[in-house]
Amino acid sequence: MASPETDRAAVDAETIAANPTYQLLKSKRSGFGWILAIIMLVVYYGYVSLIAFEKELLSIPIGSGVITWGIPVGFGVIVFTILITMVYVVRANKEFDDLTEKVKQEVLK
Amino acid sequence: MMRLRTIMGVAAFGLFAALPAIAQEHIGPTEQQPTNWIAIGMFATFVLLTLWITKWASGRTKSAADFYTAGGGITGFQNGLAIAGDYMSAASFLGISAQVMTSGYDGLIYSIGFLVGWPVVTFLMAERLRNLGKFTFADVAAFRFAQTPVRVFAASGTLVVVAFYLIAQMVGAGQLIKLLFGLEYWMAVIIVGALMMVYVLFGGMAATTWVQIIKAGMLLAGATFIAVMVMMQYGFSPEAMFAAAVKVKTDLATAAGATPEAAAAQGKAIMGPGTFIKDPISAISFGMALMFGTAGLPHILMRFFTVPNAKEARKSVMWATGWIGYFYLLTFIIGFGAITFVLTNPNFLDAKGGLLGGNNMAAVHLANAVGGNVFLGFISAVAFATILAVVAGLTLSGASAVSHDLYATVIKKGKADSASELRVSRITTIGLGIVAVLLGIVFEKQNIAFMVSLAFAVAASANFPVLFMSVLWKDCTTRGAVIGGTLGLISSVGLTVVSPSVWEATLGNPVGSALFPYTSPALFSMTLAFVGIWFFSITDRGERARIDRSLFLAQQVRSETGIGASQASGH
Repeated sequence: MASPETDRAAVDAETIAANPTYQLLKSKRSGFGWILAIIMLVVYYGYVSLIAFEKELLSIPIGSGVITWGIPVGFGVIVFTILITMVYVVRANKEFDDLTEKVKQEVLK
Repeated sequence: MMRLRTIMGVAAFGLFAALPAIAQEHIGPTEQQPTNWIAIGMFATFVLLTLWITKWASGRTKSAADFYTAGGGITGFQNGLAIAGDYMSAASFLGISAQVMTSGYDGLIYSIGFLVGWPVVTFLMAERLRNLGKFTFADVAAFRFAQTPVRVFAASGTLVVVAFYLIAQMVGAGQLIKLLFGLEYWMAVIIVGALMMVYVLFGGMAATTWVQIIKAGMLLAGATFIAVMVMMQYGFSPEAMFAAAVKVKTDLATAAGATPEAAAAQGKAIMGPGTFIKDPISAISFGMALMFGTAGLPHILMRFFTVPNAKEARKSVMWATGWIGYFYLLTFIIGFGAITFVLTNPNFLDAKGGLLGGNNMAAVHLANAVGGNVFLGFISAVAFATILAVVAGLTLSGASAVSHDLYATVIKKGKADSASELRVSRITTIGLGIVAVLLGIVFEKQNIAFMVSLAFAVAASANFPVLFMSVLWKDCTTRGAVIGGTLGLISSVGLTVVSPSVWEATLGNPVGSALFPYTSPALFSMTLAFVGIWFFSITDRGERARIDRSLFLAQQVRSETGIGASQASGH
């Protein structure tokens, strides 16, 4: 697919790739994205492993009633999933999009 | 348009003429319910509303871009609701609440698996997909690769996932509607097939999205109402609700002849993990299928191209995650509500103490118990609408794979004009609709419980690895992507066939004879796909491999910044 269009894209790409703001954006975003992804994996597989290996822990009642530790932990995983998604989106929609705009202004003048 | 209508009319007539003969064998002493006019009336209202939307959308569906992506004019909030709608299928609403009713806490573990893929999609995929893609996920996977092999692979991956998902939805539709509306199975399947074809053919993505949004709103409102009514009975005290459920389960066990200690243990068992997670390998494998399958479902991925830019794509997933998470919290309460209101009410039980119409009716009977006959009609209509909307989304993504990936890119080498591409996608829609109806009828009596998890396993093992590696790994080549992805596709389907859920439960082989002992193949088939992609890329020294690698930088820059990305409507 080495058409004139892709060649032009490749040249433009090198200019953008050399731009310091672009490099800052790339490293900030991918670092943040991977850290959050790993935290999410740890939380979910931690929860699943807890069930697979130490099932009884989650069946222990909290206090004197029938509610077990499993209920807040399970609900907690759901709420955590929603919150961690919001954390990423809020930061990306402000900081990363501002940086993207800056890159565009710098390279597309 | 006229010709399309004629084709549809003929196709529908042919089906009607042929079907009574096939259907005859199935009419027997089934659990068909008396005709429910309130439910039918509510559903008819929903259908009229959606047909009116389709008429509006058809005026705006002029180009292939309008058909595939609604011209990119959907906002993040709307798209989030539509994604949530795609995900909250009738299977998850009725299936998960039924599972909570039967086994309590295990239902929560199951639903959490479906949710946790979303953050990963958000952090690593969503905005890159929006920046690189145009109409289908193959646009992203094939960005820097040789078009023909990658498109053929991606279209196969799409069609396999869509086929399994469609069968599950169509069979579910027939069974449900037989129960809820008192209609014949085959009639229900044809109604779903025909309406879905009308939405997709005339309204394209705009109609499909709005049908999905309306349905998501109705489903969330209905489920909220049930959950609030249940909690109100217990003065909004979770402890009181759970205690009542434990007591019901204990009493049921006592009535079944258990000793007091055993009965008490059975009652308490619903408050903690039970038998759902048997061994760590099944647990992790199943978790991987759900988590990464989400990032490889073609009808979900397609929704990222309906928003104007990366910011809206991110907002879409944020809203989707929020709504889906909220929905799973509701289904958990609904499941416990079903224990206390449905399992104790003889009106909903058969002679043997089972639920009338089977366990999947838990949420429906509960709707009757807390909201009376009118609300029962509403929830029945919502369940029907849910299946209809999900089926429409699936068909649209299957049709795009054929018309955009196979026809326009592979056969016409990218030189197809918008009008002929649109024509091919409409013809494919009709074809898929007919196939879906026929498969729905063929699989009526089959145990299809495994089909949704199979669709997730294939999406996680074939589509996701190729997408992920092509976007993030520089050295990935055409050869590696196609061979690795194909290995994932074949192994996930193959291992599912020889796993207990198909080999024993569906094909009827003796228990213990399955060659593959685990619930889900994903751990093995995903590994195989990633290793395959890595090995066949790293050893690839061809001219094509050099081009593939040299284009990575351009792809990366576009995926990070969106510079040069497809705009909302101007292509």
